[in-house]
Amino acid sequence: MAGVGMLVTTVYAILFYLATLILVAGVGYRIWVYARTPAPLKIPTTPAPVTRAGVVMRIVREVVLFESLFKANKWIWVFGWVFHAGLLLVLLRHVRYFQEPVWKLIALIQPFGIYAGFAMVAGLLGLWARRLFVPRIRYISGPSDHLMLALIVAIGLSGLAMRYLAPTDIVAVKAFFLGLMTFDWQPLPADPVLLIHLTLVAILMMIFPVSKLLHAPGLFFSPGRNQVDNPRERRHLAPWAAELEAAEGRGR
Amino acid sequence: MGEMQTKEQLTPEDFLDPLEIPPIVKGAMADSKPYPAAPEHQEKLGFPGELVDDWHDRAIAKLGELASKYRGLRVYLDSCVKCGACTDKCHYFLGTGDPNNMPVARQDLLRQVWRRHYTFAGKYFPWLVGAKDLTEELLDEWYSYFHQCSQCRRCSVYCPYGIDTAEVSMAAREIMDTIGKGQKYCNEIIGKVHTVGNNLGLQAKALKATLEELEEEIEDDTGVSVRLPLDEKGAEIMLVTPSADFFAEPHIDGLIGYAKVFHQAGASWTISSHASEAANFGMFIGSYENMRKMALRIREAALDLGVKRIIFGECGHAWRAAYSFLNTLAGPFDFLDQNYPIPQHICEYTYDLIQRGVLKFDKSRNDHIRLTFHDSCNVARASRMGDMPGGQFEIPRAILRAVCNHFYDMAPETIREATFCCGGGGGLLTDELMDVRTKGAQPRIRALKEVIEEHGVTHMAAICAICKTQFAKIFPAYGIPMDTIVSVHQMVSNAIILDGEVRDDDDDDAEDDES
Repeated sequence: MAGVGMLVTTVYAILFYLATLILVAGVGYRIWVYARTPAPLKIPTTPAPVTRAGVVMRIVREVVLFESLFKANKWIWVFGWVFHAGLLLVLLRHVRYFQEPVWKLIALIQPFGIYAGFAMVAGLLGLWARRLFVPRIRYISGPSDHLMLALIVAIGLSGLAMRYLAPTDIVAVKAFFLGLMTFDWQPLPADPVLLIHLTLVAILMMIFPVSKLLHAPGLFFSPGRNQVDNPRERRHLAPWAAELEAAEGRGR
Repeated sequence: MGEMQTKEQLTPEDFLDPLEIPPIVKGAMADSKPYPAAPEHQEKLGFPGELVDDWHDRAIAKLGELASKYRGLRVYLDSCVKCGACTDKCHYFLGTGDPNNMPVARQDLLRQVWRRHYTFAGKYFPWLVGAKDLTEELLDEWYSYFHQCSQCRRCSVYCPYGIDTAEVSMAAREIMDTIGKGQKYCNEIIGKVHTVGNNLGLQAKALKATLEELEEEIEDDTGVSVRLPLDEKGAEIMLVTPSADFFAEPHIDGLIGYAKVFHQAGASWTISSHASEAANFGMFIGSYENMRKMALRIREAALDLGVKRIIFGECGHAWRAAYSFLNTLAGPFDFLDQNYPIPQHICEYTYDLIQRGVLKFDKSRNDHIRLTFHDSCNVARASRMGDMPGGQFEIPRAILRAVCNHFYDMAPETIREATFCCGGGGGLLTDELMDVRTKGAQPRIRALKEVIEEHGVTHMAAICAICKTQFAKIFPAYGIPMDTIVSVHQMVSNAIILDGEVRDDDDDDAEDDES
């Protein structure tokens, strides 16, 4: 028994170190690539804000309210927003596994986090139903689109299962993750539902940087949304375009 | 009355929802392709004359190069989650039902190749993420469907990440040009601008004759000598306008309108024969270099003539190229008068004069017209007028309301930022694409028919040369008279009171004249 426990602990410890490394390095690399790639022309989707502060507000509205999606389609908006809002609360609820003492805010949202778990799964099922039953969206859906939904639904359901059907020793789980953070490994309970939940989460973390989940950082770098509408007031010139000009002696 | 005539021509099935989503018809428009560019058209622009032997490798390399030069393209290729928000937003999809005309599917034609060659998932699990290599069949589909995008950006308004299919289709067209698979219409025209100075290949002499004829026409009509100067050094304002304004209907009536406005304002202005074109088709083919070369002609002309201001005439994509790109491509314009916007739109200029009470109108001269306004896509979603976001919607409407008593907007979901392309933008205004142009116009036509029915609208004004040509051409197919489309400054021209003018008595709207 002790041997199996040790094995599980070791495997999951390594898995989560690896998953964290891939997530952070992968997404960090993407952000670096996006930031380094020039945007040679002013292409905000207009009407666009004419000040930096206005652009910040535009992005905030996109991130918090999904403003453009709301204009586009109320069904996708409601399912998508409920899923993302639920996910946010669920993630915040899980912060308690990584800190001691637990912040007041995190303690405060614990009860909401449970409902959020249901909301998250409901939103995902709504999106999935559209993918299956709306011909236009079925047409554009590939295997990875369905698998991604399946993965996140499975994460949500396995999480809810631990809350309602097959509780695990969450004190030990917390000790395990706190131990990972201080490189002082503690045993992880070998409950099947927990292990399934954690495996799926690790998979999600690892595929994040190579999948469509990149829409999360992508939004912040989308020129259509993050550019200030001031091309007449300010000359906007990419480095490679400046080189073109310098090459023919028309510099500045 | 026009109202009754048009009503009689319409049948109940004409009054359908402009946003109605059609059933999917796979491959419905697969055969719609523009004529390929001839070797001489290609080579003038610095592209290979015909499909090169190593086209596959060169296309893949170009895709990588573009993704490293354009952040937008790079982010757009990575970020799509296939949520479906854009699937019912393209006028070409609404008009044809071809699923490849859904913006996300159109993007995917390029994205699947990007994934195959430039992403981890696409390299090792192509079947999972729909990654595909570029085959001859796929290249054919690119040629077909990237020439069924008018780069109108309507889809980008609704995308939660602002993914802009226009950028994707520009990139695809640039890749195709680079491997020798260019489009005749755009590339031939760009060549003419490089050599002659305008899309038509209209020489300075012919242009001068045209302008003189117009001067005579205005004098005949009004008794006032209104000038349309060409290449006058030392003029304060240089007008850069689409060359269609020199010969096409109703464009030319708009040009007459600008001239009357300049005259009444007492402005010193000129047209340049060197930069006798506002249009910049370099944008349509995604070529920064070609776009820049054309923009530099405008700079050269302004320097040569010693003007202090540059004003652009009514043209949609040209206003985007001017407002959003001119400063980048051909700036800095420190030699111009910094007290005015550089460049300025003719509507901004006219609106300012109206605000200051410089222009006087007799609105009743437009009383035979019940008017609506078509927001042109590039003006609406890729530029601005005035100081406030959305000025591009308010200023043209304010002008129209100042010169016309009967103005009615079309359904809100079809105007302003939600406006529909006319169906002929983005380099598609060529006869061999008439089928897709006609079908793509359907949402706008339906919205127009609603106001024809509801308000007895007789005319629709636009501020884009392409829109005007397109509507004049496809209106008859929908049972609408072709002269239903008018220029914004044509309406100004009708109503403006020139100092010392003599009104012609047998003018057909004289009986409506209450003044």
